Amino acid sequence: MSKKKISIHQPKEFKLNKENLLKAENEIKKYPKDRKASAVMPLLYIVQQQNNNWIPLEGIKYVANLLSMPYIKVYEVVTFYSMFNLSPVGNFFVQVCTTTPCMIRGAKKITDVCKKYISPNQNELSENKTCSWTEVECLGACVNAPMMQINQDYFEDLNENSATKIVEKLLKNDLPKPGSFKSRKSNAPEKGKTTLLEIKNA
Amino acid sequence: MRQKKEKQHYWKLKMLEDKDRIFKNLYNDLGWEIDSAIKQGDWIGTENIISKGKDFIIKEIKDSELRGRGGAGFPTGLKLSFAPKEVGSRPHYLVINADESEPGTCKDRDILRFEPQKLIEGCLITSYAVSAHTCYIYIRGEYFREGERLQKAIDEAYKKNFLGKNACNSGWDLDIFIHYGAGAYICGEETALLESLEGNKGQPRLKPPFPALVGLYGCPTIVNNVETIAVIPTILRKGAKWFASLGKPKNTGTKIFCISGNVNNPCNVEEEMGVPLKELIEKHAGGVVGGWSNLQAVIPGGSSMPLLPKNICETITMDFDSLIKEKSGLGTAGIVVINKDQDIIRCMARIARFYKHESCGQCTPCREGCGWMWRMLERMADGDGTYKEIDLLHDVTKQIEGHTICAFGEGSSWPVQGLLRHFRKEIEKRSHGEPLVKKRQDVPYLIDQHLLEKDNA
Repeated sequence: MSKKKISIHQPKEFKLNKENLLKAENEIKKYPKDRKASAVMPLLYIVQQQNNNWIPLEGIKYVANLLSMPYIKVYEVVTFYSMFNLSPVGNFFVQVCTTTPCMIRGAKKITDVCKKYISPNQNELSENKTCSWTEVECLGACVNAPMMQINQDYFEDLNENSATKIVEKLLKNDLPKPGSFKSRKSNAPEKGKTTLLEIKNA
Repeated sequence: MRQKKEKQHYWKLKMLEDKDRIFKNLYNDLGWEIDSAIKQGDWIGTENIISKGKDFIIKEIKDSELRGRGGAGFPTGLKLSFAPKEVGSRPHYLVINADESEPGTCKDRDILRFEPQKLIEGCLITSYAVSAHTCYIYIRGEYFREGERLQKAIDEAYKKNFLGKNACNSGWDLDIFIHYGAGAYICGEETALLESLEGNKGQPRLKPPFPALVGLYGCPTIVNNVETIAVIPTILRKGAKWFASLGKPKNTGTKIFCISGNVNNPCNVEEEMGVPLKELIEKHAGGVVGGWSNLQAVIPGGSSMPLLPKNICETITMDFDSLIKEKSGLGTAGIVVINKDQDIIRCMARIARFYKHESCGQCTPCREGCGWMWRMLERMADGDGTYKEIDLLHDVTKQIEGHTICAFGEGSSWPVQGLLRHFRKEIEKRSHGEPLVKKRQDVPYLIDQHLLEKDNA
């Protein structure tokens, strides 16, 4: 369970645009006809995506309406899962993994960079309002630690320098290329493979 | 003398050959697209396998002694056989658990992005075996890009008629859908996953009834981990005997190990079950940072499994039963190496914080206990813990363990118990803080001093 800060600045109304409404209808089709509620999480993602990374309260009501659910049920889901944001996070939402495998490889240095360049506190917009950062629990890229997620992309094998460069770019409203920052191939050992040796690059 | 010689050769003899590796594209050297997957042997003879019938498939998986790769190590063949033989009024479902969130584990991610066809083919064969026409793959929300990749792979498979009506000419219809989670670790628990899939908050259900009879939408549902399903096509193609010949009895086959933490070359690697831990660390991960003598402890199977001190790490082999003997477990085979430069209490306190954050709040022992354990461990790491608290901490873990609906209670208390078992002296050395509530030394049992600290004391 995560604590949620709900924005006091809420838009008066919210509606999915045509393209996203079509997406939503396709999501609903994935589930049996009498089980529309299953689509609540996919729909919330669509709302969040359309509304610049956060879900307004009107968006919750909109989803509830679309799925014929009481909106408190949707609210329950939104507040249970940590990936739904209830207040603005900027164009770029930086999530730094600080769980043990990342911690022992220096995740603190990465959070220090965020504190220095983005904002002194978590969940606070940077001065120019382009981004914000937060500490999160394990993101499941432990062999590429320390790492962070920016919006949907993973930035792996970081150190103080590379993290600083990434954050500086974000502040200029630009997203750098994701992936490993040690010029390493996915999850293979950095200094050469020890298995699957006869398999060459295709 | 002779014995010594044999011992020297032990590693070489046991080394898994590349031809016996299942995930040949683990590092994406060959490309993930369906054509390269077919070149590597995926989707060859699938129709033939399915034509042999459900009983054959389930028997073959039983004979291979494959155990679930998601953490619990339950025999997969047996699990599949729990699905009702005849489809009644309710449809059957297959659900794939790709909610990989156990700290230290990142194996399913590589299967999703580099070996998606193995998973998809496994879904078809398993769906047929358990009479399911619909399969949901529940991917953790953070793996958005991996999900995108999997969706592309699914689309490719549809285009080749490997999915959909009469999938792969087998006469079986199957549709696969992806469902994203949204950052809740607990949704990796199978009943919480089903709740989440139904559009509720992810809180585990009471068992029984088990999902195999009453699962998704109240229908018979089989839930399996990604890696388990992805190895099934290869087992059926190469035969149960081949799979059972690898590893150790009751701990057969190969496994993807994730080696992270204080090692020189953290990596994912597929090795035989029962491989020595030391070999994994020294050979594949480039050794411990600062040398083997600098090793402090290893978490062998993701954060839920109790850590092992250096002396056990020397000889332990990585399989379910050997690790259980050492009061730990293989779990998800996410190996976290911790060297002597780290504060071991701080490391475990951080894991306790993870569980405090992820507790779903349904059962009181877990909801209250996880935070309590975290606060005590933080204080012990700071050197403010009291001597008495060490036993109290142990008791709190015991009160959580076994008193919750799901296995989260065990997962959160075992690592703390492991710390107390192997590093009690380290804690004792540091814990001579005064009781926080000085005036009331005898705080009634079951009261967390931290909560009294400021406002109530």
